Amino acid sequence: MSLSITLTINGTPRTVELDDPRVTLLDLLRERLDLTGTKKGCDRGQCGACTILLDGRRVNSCLALALSHDGAEILTIEGLADGEACHPIQAAFIAHDAFQCGFCTPGQIMSALGLIQEGSAGDDPERVREGMSGNLCRCGAYRGITEAVLEAQQRMSRDAREEVA
Amino acid sequence: MNRFDYIRPATVTEAIAAAAIPGSAYLAAGTNLIDLMKGGVLRPERLIDINHIPGLDRIEHLPDGGVRIGAQLRNADLAADPDFARRFPAIAEALLSGASAQLRNAATLGGNLLQRTRCAYFYDTASACNRRQPGSGCDARGGENRLHAILGWSDACIATHPSDLCVPLAAFGATLEIEGRDGRREVALEDLHRLPGEAPEQESVLAPGELIIALRLPAEAATFAPHARYIKLRERTSYAFAVVSAAAGLRLEGGVITEARLALGGVAAKPWRAEAAERALTGAPPDAASFGRAAEAALAEARPSGDNAYKIELARRILVRALTLAAAGTPERLPALPASPFAPLPGGRPHG
Repeated sequence: MSLSITLTINGTPRTVELDDPRVTLLDLLRERLDLTGTKKGCDRGQCGACTILLDGRRVNSCLALALSHDGAEILTIEGLADGEACHPIQAAFIAHDAFQCGFCTPGQIMSALGLIQEGSAGDDPERVREGMSGNLCRCGAYRGITEAVLEAQQRMSRDAREEVA
Repeated sequence: MNRFDYIRPATVTEAIAAAAIPGSAYLAAGTNLIDLMKGGVLRPERLIDINHIPGLDRIEHLPDGGVRIGAQLRNADLAADPDFARRFPAIAEALLSGASAQLRNAATLGGNLLQRTRCAYFYDTASACNRRQPGSGCDARGGENRLHAILGWSDACIATHPSDLCVPLAAFGATLEIEGRDGRREVALEDLHRLPGEAPEQESVLAPGELIIALRLPAEAATFAPHARYIKLRERTSYAFAVVSAAAGLRLEGGVITEARLALGGVAAKPWRAEAAERALTGAPPDAASFGRAAEAALAEARPSGDNAYKIELARRILVRALTLAAAGTPERLPALPASPFAPLPGGRPHG
């Protein structure tokens, strides 16, 4: 079997030749496509630093074999901002001091986007905390993260309403 | 990670033929398999990727009232199906209490059933482990074994099965459709996993190359929906495996339990259906005395396998808690922390 796969990454189709079936989506993004915004923390599915949206769903890219996802659509932290303008989740993370060292932040933000799109947490901080529990923050910025997710969610639903109107 | 050949079959028949070759392993999401391969715990020579076979991820509500669920469905998608969650709330609660949102989005139901133990000695290739390497011994016996089995263990292995999903599936009588070179057969979920005995490396009744196609729940399982809970004690609030967990379902008529379903998780190498406890509850009032007797019956044969005698009493208390919460009624909406034993009890008593 040819080890050539096609992925749509942040809206751009990319065909990639793989010389090794062991490459994960995380290593493909970081080591071969120079998309180093997605972070490698534990590399074992325990910390969430590598969270991306895969076909619209948040997953740990460290445990996903790239070959198995031929044809998939991928959104990484690099695809989130609108030009120079921060995405509402990025802006809310800044406004609420939702990080310190910043290493877990891309994963936190992609996970927050997944959570908001799943639409099951509502405005309940407890449900946001539970929904974000797959993302560890060793600086302990959890309080700011929860506030940022809640505010970003409000702003995104307000923006969506205004677009409809 | 070792190198491997990657095979992507388009049909179940092709997959089974490919997996018949020794050294093969099925790849579903890989959330457990890739982790184990990264640690060198498993070293399959061929991965048979079953993610591109169509039709294995459907939820079908059957005319007889049962439900058939494709084994490639993702954990999150079953929990999020409103009809399924309404009819089988304890199963949805168990799914949502497991792992993280990211893992639930990826992990399949079939993979959940066949996930490997989280015993640290199984994961550490420098340790002796009869389950990983038959005949090498069991370093867990004299090691860090606070979290190990209290039921059904043997001198060869004291590991537990970590699945949450399997616990209510065992309680509510799920069956599996399994396909192999000799055709299709059905196996009760309760019979899927083997107890370790002298051969802990034989973890399930699946023959090499057999594939779980679907799981089924009988119509009767939905009759417990008004009184069905899954309760799980973890060492942190979220995103952790069970120390002990319990699934409980009750049918109540005229202030009496007419039928009960009960299973424990985190206590054995398989989900542990507690049939003696179920019988003890039939005809009894749903009160603390009945639940206490049921918990005694469920743990009658338990014995510590190491520094874990506390788990026997803990399992009794989690069973009582699960029964108490089930009797109080399935909540309209799942709690913010699914399966948490720390939710307030009806009547405001902090401890049940």
